[in-house]
Amino acid sequence: MSEVVKKFMYLNRKAPYGTIYAWESLEVVLIGAAFDQDVAVMFIDDGVYQLTRGQDTKGIGMKNFSPTYRTLGDYEVKRVYVDRASLEARGLTQEDLVEIPWEDFETEEEIDNIVEVIDSDRVSELMNEADVVFSF
Amino acid sequence: MGILHTVNKSPFERNSLESCLAFATEGASVLLFEDGVYAALSGTRAEAKVAGALDKLKIYVLGPDLKARGFSEARLIAGISVVDYAGFVDLAAESDKVQAWL
Repeated sequence: MSEVVKKFMYLNRKAPYGTIYAWESLEVVLIGAAFDQDVAVMFIDDGVYQLTRGQDTKGIGMKNFSPTYRTLGDYEVKRVYVDRASLEARGLTQEDLVEIPWEDFETEEEIDNIVEVIDSDRVSELMNEADVVFSF
Repeated sequence: MGILHTVNKSPFERNSLESCLAFATEGASVLLFEDGVYAALSGTRAEAKVAGALDKLKIYVLGPDLKARGFSEARLIAGISVVDYAGFVDLAAESDKVQAWL
């Protein structure tokens, strides 16, 4: 396979369910995971709403794709970031968000929750470091 | 019973709610649904504007859309009422007309 590992960032700025962006992004992340790239999934602006706990879509007749975020670790996604200012503007804290566990099956290294709330400066840094940014 | 205004956009992404609240007059009703429900939550950057509008407007939020997004009624700004789909229909039927803020 290709020797070149690129740093991919998936940038999520939309709330779930109201538009198709969140679901499309998740699909692309999962498909992209098959290509052994260095993946970062970033949530800013209304994108932070994608990770809220307790989503229950039975009443609106749409697929609840919220549980899928918790499986990202199984797809070897190890870097999931949330912009702190975006959370605060919406009256949310990390407590309101799902946890995403990660495990390396070879080394048995485990991380309980890879969701990292970071400051805006760090968001910018990570954007600058990325080779490719996919926007949703 | 006046106009029913509907808002289905997030207050953080579009100015639909802001315009709605600016133009809606005393006694009108506002129904928040789809991504509009985020405006009904307490502790947000939009809270002051929404809470202030409760003096002249009745504000409703569609329960199934709130639940889908992971929020309970406990998170709502005090004074906002929850309706289900049947309640949405009742509001529309009782109102002189429905004005959508897309």
